[in-house]
Amino acid sequence: MVMILSEEQQLLKDSAKAFLSESAPISALRAMRDAGEDHMPELWTKMSEMGWPGIVIPDAYSGLEFGYVGAGVVLEEMGRTLALSPFLSSAVVAASLINQLGSEQQKEKYLPGIASGELTAVLAADETGYFDLSSIETTAAASGDAYVLSGNKRGVIDGHNADLLLVVTGGNEGMSVFAVESGAEGVSCETRLIVDSQRAADITLDNVTVSGDALLGSLGGASEAMEFTIDVAAACSAAEMLGISIETFERTVGYLKEREQFGEKIGTFQGLQHRAAQLFAEIEVSKSAVLAALQALDANSEKRSVLASMAKAKCSKVVRNATEEGVQMHGGIGMTDEFDIGFFMKRAAVCRQAYGDYHFHADRFASLRGY
Amino acid sequence: MENLEQFRAETREWLEANCPEDMRQPMRSDEDQCWGGRNWVFKSEGQKLWLERMAAKGWTAPRWPTEYGGGGLSGPEAKVLGEEMARIGARRPLSSFGLDMLGPALLLYATEEQKQQYIPDIINGKIRWCQGYSEPNAGSDLASLRTKAEDMGDHYLINGSKVWTSYADKADWIFCLVRTDFDCPKHEGISFLLFDMTSEGVSTKPIKLISGTSPFCETFFDNVQVPKAQLVGTLNKGWEIAKYLLTHERAMIGGFGLAGGGMKGMGQMAAAKRGTKDGRLRDASLRAEASSFEIDEMAFGLTIERITDETKAGQGTGASSSILKMYGTELNKLRQELFMAIGANDALNFDTDSKGALVRSWLRSKANSIEGGTTEVQLNIIAKRILGLPA
Repeated sequence: MVMILSEEQQLLKDSAKAFLSESAPISALRAMRDAGEDHMPELWTKMSEMGWPGIVIPDAYSGLEFGYVGAGVVLEEMGRTLALSPFLSSAVVAASLINQLGSEQQKEKYLPGIASGELTAVLAADETGYFDLSSIETTAAASGDAYVLSGNKRGVIDGHNADLLLVVTGGNEGMSVFAVESGAEGVSCETRLIVDSQRAADITLDNVTVSGDALLGSLGGASEAMEFTIDVAAACSAAEMLGISIETFERTVGYLKEREQFGEKIGTFQGLQHRAAQLFAEIEVSKSAVLAALQALDANSEKRSVLASMAKAKCSKVVRNATEEGVQMHGGIGMTDEFDIGFFMKRAAVCRQAYGDYHFHADRFASLRGY
Repeated sequence: MENLEQFRAETREWLEANCPEDMRQPMRSDEDQCWGGRNWVFKSEGQKLWLERMAAKGWTAPRWPTEYGGGGLSGPEAKVLGEEMARIGARRPLSSFGLDMLGPALLLYATEEQKQQYIPDIINGKIRWCQGYSEPNAGSDLASLRTKAEDMGDHYLINGSKVWTSYADKADWIFCLVRTDFDCPKHEGISFLLFDMTSEGVSTKPIKLISGTSPFCETFFDNVQVPKAQLVGTLNKGWEIAKYLLTHERAMIGGFGLAGGGMKGMGQMAAAKRGTKDGRLRDASLRAEASSFEIDEMAFGLTIERITDETKAGQGTGASSSILKMYGTELNKLRQELFMAIGANDALNFDTDSKGALVRSWLRSKANSIEGGTTEVQLNIIAKRILGLPA
């Protein structure tokens, strides 16, 4: 696989960059927060008009079928401006899971809606507060043709704004996924403000009755599709973190060239130069990790999972480093709310946790590599 | 694309038929490398055959032009060759500073006559080259070198000394930076000369390192006469060639950061040594460190691929060799540290036979971030040339 973007992918990236810097700058996020809101519905409408929610969805279900590299380049640009949207959670992760697992009718029922942006779906998997699919306790009891779901899902980011919950159940029969409407009887939801000004939903399913066709795939048959979905989520979230790293880094280097202390630009100090150069090299390395993981998803290569976990682990570390150095090199002003650099550190903290943190993926990587 | 698949099939078949069995075994130590040259004694018949067969196809230098004996392969074809060699764990047939450093500079800066004279013998491994760059007072500050070449009409007269000359005692020829003008800024009076190490007045003295081995020498020039035809490029413009060549040296040393072909991964190696419990490496801390290392190693390997692909597509950044050099050597030092941790007490053996190979390559690796421009010099280059930070 040649590790460069195709012309179409580069064009998409350029247009995403132009659109996001115009329509979703950091100032928009700040305004949203200051207004006490937790998402940006108008931005999502605009993204939907451009067809972005359909990027990974097959043409047969009204998607653009542009692939994961395409989704990744958009997410990288979203990371640069910290644009808030259900793009990753609904249009990429949830859509991929439905596409993997759903029957023809289920795909026809959900995917065109997700592709148009009118329907938003979200994965409801976590129960412990740590991304851990091995200990899912939510149950699905068969009741005639229907199922009764009970359990608690924790920390579903933006879950309270989604129309459809993809509820993962466990138990003796193995892992299953149900498409549950968020307004269904027995579904309740409490939200918590999280650090990047979004809200995370703790969702309770109290004897929620769903019809048999809410089950995606077969009962207990979701493991393989969930692994694929973890790969998608990991690689794509890594792409977003890459964007955060790059933007934070560029702003920081810009500051090193401007700020004067002791009568000199602080960028002349070798102590700072070397740390900046080191970070630059790390970002270059994480770029390759992300691109390889996205390409492996599009090719559905056998190295897909190893590369996805590698990319998520690597980018989690690098974005931590980039945002920490970003604040440190800005000095006191970097700690102020008035200055934007802290926004990057906050979003990075959320991205690092989403869909498995560094430790989850470093552990998964080691297991996949046979140790 | 179809042609490329055909090339792959043919290459696979040829390698299967022509790569001797013992050249498909992982190298146990540096001793297993084949360096070629006038005085080279092949370690096995397989090593000899492998070099001859690969050189005959020009595949010791897959991308160099066929007119000088190179393979003439396109970028994608060379990549396929590399992949197919890795597939069967084939060793590199020839380790050579001629291939990795001098050749690319000759292709760019030498006269047609010089190319005809020197390049074929690099490709077939007949001449082993060494690099005369560093001097006792010119290390990181290479351009302050003082080895002198005086114009004597029909030849140059060389006096001075070099240090850290890799394998000078084993090399046949040297590519050497000399000062041809002392009355100008230091970068402007340097020239690039080639000469035979058997010339009268050349002597070498191996330097014993902390590893107990002597891969480097001090090299002395006492009234060495060098024909003028052996100057490469323009007089006093040698620094440009020197810098170009350094980017290749860095790329080569940075390559040390790559996982060895045919070798087990770090984690599996550790698991084999320490044992597993429920399929997981028993020592949780070592497992975490091996995983972190392998993640970096894999991402670094992909970065070399990406930068290579970008360069071919004309999208490369000039200072990328500094990134690869810095990152690759730091990674290799970490690799050697983990080998030592996995080897534990046995790894301390300092015997001169193969039992001491591990500790010696651990010690040797500490030079990776010093030679070819220190890690600190690479960071300076990245900071100034790529990031544009003020001086």
